[in-house]
Order: sequence, then structure tokens, then C-alpha cells
Amino acid sequence: MAGAAIGLRGVTKRFATPNGGIYTALHDLDMEVAPGEFCAVVGPTGCGKSTTLALISGLERASAGEVAVMGKPVDGIPEGIGYVFQTDAVFPWKTVLENVAAGPRYRGTPGGDARARARDWISRVGLAGFEDRYPHQLSGGMRKRVGLAQSLINGPRILLMDEPFSALDVQTRTLMENELLQLWSSTSASVVFVTHDLEEAIALADRVLLLTAGPGTIKGTFEVDLPRPRNVAEIRFQPRFAQIYEAIWNQLRDEVLVSYERQKHATAV
Amino acid sequence: MSVRSTRPPSSVSTEGGVPPFSSADVRRLDGAPGPRPGPPPQAGEENRLDADLMARRSSMARRRRFTIYGLRLVFTVIWLGSWEVSTRLNWVDPFFVGQPSGVVARLWTWITDGTALGPLWLQAAVTMEEAVLGFIIGSVLGVVFGIVLGRIEVLAEVLSPFIRAANAIPRVVLGSLFAIMFGLSVWGKAATAVVLVFFVVFFNAFQGVREVDRNLIANARILGADNRRLTTEIIIPSALSWILASLHISFGLAIVGAVVGELFGATAGLGQLIYNAGHTFDVNGVFAGMFLLAVLALIAEGIISALENRLTKWRPSRVSGEIPI
Repeated sequence: MAGAAIGLRGVTKRFATPNGGIYTALHDLDMEVAPGEFCAVVGPTGCGKSTTLALISGLERASAGEVAVMGKPVDGIPEGIGYVFQTDAVFPWKTVLENVAAGPRYRGTPGGDARARARDWISRVGLAGFEDRYPHQLSGGMRKRVGLAQSLINGPRILLMDEPFSALDVQTRTLMENELLQLWSSTSASVVFVTHDLEEAIALADRVLLLTAGPGTIKGTFEVDLPRPRNVAEIRFQPRFAQIYEAIWNQLRDEVLVSYERQKHATAV
Repeated sequence: MSVRSTRPPSSVSTEGGVPPFSSADVRRLDGAPGPRPGPPPQAGEENRLDADLMARRSSMARRRRFTIYGLRLVFTVIWLGSWEVSTRLNWVDPFFVGQPSGVVARLWTWITDGTALGPLWLQAAVTMEEAVLGFIIGSVLGVVFGIVLGRIEVLAEVLSPFIRAANAIPRVVLGSLFAIMFGLSVWGKAATAVVLVFFVVFFNAFQGVREVDRNLIANARILGADNRRLTTEIIIPSALSWILASLHISFGLAIVGAVVGELFGATAGLGQLIYNAGHTFDVNGVFAGMFLLAVLALIAEGIISALENRLTKWRPSRVSGEIPI
């Protein structure tokens, strides 16, 4: 499809392991994300979910197959990509303001303009008044907001999120999910949201991609036809949510079991 | 003397989750009033209890500080007292081990009448000049080489056996070589200090560059940082904790370098003063010189600590349980 924001065709990714073996993270993976689509990727541990993001962002290269962003093959980091990392990736020696202003500055915006735009984004993620704090003075949720503002300030057309809220407590997490949806609705960005939490995936996404236990490949695609705007905290009580959850879980369960058996085997050996 | 890298005193948790101590906790542990957690004060009763708790905490911290200083004083009195008494009673011969009162007397004559080499302040200034020059040049070279080799893997692989060999040899012997090259000037001693300082700082800077969080680099690259920005804004600040940790040790080494350099030929300096005292069997003079070196080293250490605190104000403050040794 020519109009896709992200297209992966027959993608395989192999890594050389430290003890000389080859580990296949992804095998013959096909996926497409439309412009403006919110796409969640779920799968058992170690199925190559994060690898998919690394390939799209150009941080890693595919061993075989094609990866294209905005119709162009990925070679280096593509234009218009934002990435929110699983662990904290904000710069601890920069204040909140300097952290958020980093992207525009790196892209050639003069310091004053960059800081003005950063202030705007800091208040949009609800951190006004914290501009001069250092990351260690903030809570985990606040650091995530800094990370989010740091990415969104560059106006990404594609936002990659790698289990961004997995380290947060449940209440903060729900809060952040709602804010993410709100921020996203004011952009036209495509989102690829990697998570191991099926509930989170359904609550946020237009479409859920299910990966098989590693080497990962697409096991199924599920449309989430729940109305927007959504309230993440309440949408879980809708009967339709439960139906979708059940449909995906029936398939995910097998993969989780495969992955679990494999891990047990690996630790036994 | 073989040197490995030293770990920075406190590493920053860049992993996810909540840090073990918030800045508020740390400040309150230190005894100073920190921001009060929880809801804004409403009941006067609660307010009073909080104030009580705060006052008790700070008075406890104060008492603890007094106890520590008191015990230090006791330690000094016992140490110097037993030394003085045992030499007075001739249990040990003061000719060989010196005598605290003799050391003080020697210091006093040096201050009032000057030393055999000239005024005392001049000797201290000469040694400090040598040490500071060696320290600055050695640190700058160490940082530059550490960062360049840390960034360019091929270069590190090519040079690694040479660096390890150079680190393994006792470099103080180079002092004699430098004495030939630079004569009696300051530069011979500074050069000896440089070769001692360089390796400590180099290994730490190198290690610091290698240990930069991969996530931070990935993030900076996604945000659009080019190689120069990556080095100046991510790699160097990240390695700074490691580099600063090495500066504490390396100033001591710079003084060692300066004093050893004076051994190979000098006309002034505290090292030369100590050798002179040694050659004239003036044990008190040796101790007096050592005492002066220790004072200068402590002052320099204080300056480096202040610099470190300034440069790393983004780091969580030091946990009060840590003992500054």
C-alpha cells in the first residue's frame, strides 16, 4: 500500500548472541500502519516487540526484508520520528526546560525560540512551574511527561512508544494513558505502541497486532471499534471491550504458554 | 604502580521507577528543614508536631556533629600525647622518631626565620606550582585521550597494549629523565606529576565514555543530535562523574610527582626541604614538611570537592549515611 505511514514487508531480524549463536528476534514479519492510526503491538515476553520499533526508527537494520517509513526505505533515522523509551531516557544533567528544548535545538532552532516552544509543551503536559527542576527531583510519572514532551515538541508524524508506562503505578498509568490520548488527538501522528498489557493495548489503540512467541511474526490483527474520545479508566467496563479482550486473549494465551515453557526450559538448562 | 579506574561516588539511577531517595528525604536526613511532604498544614496541632519533629531532628544532627568533632580531638590528643610522652620519657629515642613539640618548634623557626632554602612560603609556592601545573596538564590530556579513545573504538584497540604497558611500569623513574630534559626548572617536576596524573584520569574518562547509557544515546540521536552534539551534550556530561571522581586521587598523585621530581634535582620546594632535613638527620624537619604537604593537599581537595558539587548539581545530593573519606 503506497499510502501507509509505516510498512514492513517480510522483515527478519537476527542477532549474534555472545556465545556465538544466532538469535532470530523477528521472522518474516509483515505490518502496515496507516497515517494517523494508533496501533498497539502485543505479544509475550521476548517476542521482538521492541525490535520492531528499533527497525522502524532506524536504530537497527533489518537482516532481510523491507522497512519503509512514509514510503521511503529506512536508512538511518527517518524524518519525523519520535520515540518514547521504556526506561527513562531524559538527560539527567539537563533541566526539564533544557530536556524538552533539546530536539528543536538539535534540529537547528535558535535557543530562544526552542525554549519558548519548550515552555509551551511543558505546560501542555502539565509540568508548568517545573521548568528548572532536574529529572531526579521529579517523580517517575513526571519524568515520563518530560519524555513525552521531548518527543512531541518535534511534531513527529510517527510516534514509537516502547512500553512507556510499564514502570509506573496503576493510577499514574491510567492518568498518563488518558493524557496521551488527548495529546495524540490534537496531532495527526501515527502511533506504534508496544506493550505486554492487553488491557492497555485495547483501551488506547485503533488496531491491535498480536505477535507470536519469538521469533516474532504477526499472529493476528484485531480492529478495536470502540468510540473515541475514550476514557481509559472507564472503557474497560464496556461489554464490547470484554468481547475484544476475550478474542485476543484466546490467541495470546497459547503464545504466552509457548514463551513460558521456553523460558522454563532455558533456565533448567 | 598500576592504576584502574575508580567508580564515581554516587551513580545516577537512570533506570525506570522512583529513586530510592527524593531530594526532600535527603535534605531532611541532613538535618536542614526540607519541604514538608503531604497535605498543606491546616490544624495548628499538626503544625506544632511537625515543627517539634524538625527541631528534634536538627538538634540530634547537631549533637552528632559535636560528638564527631570531640572524638576527633580526643584521637589527636591521644596520638600526639603518647608520642610526646614516650619520647620525653626516653622510651623511644626522639632522634629517630621526632617529637611533636620539636615539629612545632621547627615549623615556628621556618615561619619566623625562614628555611635553609629561603622563606617558607616560597618553598610551598614552588611545590604547589609544580603540582598544579602537572595536575592541570595531566588531567586535560587524560580527559581528551579518554574521550577520543572511548569514542573511536579502532584507536582504543590499536593503542590498548601500549597504554597498559605504560601504566604497568613505575613511572616515577621518569623523573630522572625529565631532570635531564628540563634541568632544575619547574617543568621537570610538573612533567613527573603529569605522567602520574594522566593515567588515572585517562582510565576514568575512558570508562566513563564507555558506560554512557545506550538509551540516552539512542534518545539523543532520535531527537536529531549529530556526532558533535552527542559528544558535548551526552557523552561528556555523562562521563563527568567518573572524571571528577578521579581528580580527587590525582591531585594527591600530582603532589607525589612534584616531590619525587624535586628528589632528582631542585633548588627549592617542600620536597627539597624534606630531603635536606633527612640528610641532616633532622627528623622533626621531615615531619614538619610532611605536615605542610598534608595541609596543602587538604586545601586542594576542598577546592576540587567544591568544583565537583558545582558541576554536578543535577545529581541527587549525597546521602547522609556516606562517610566522606
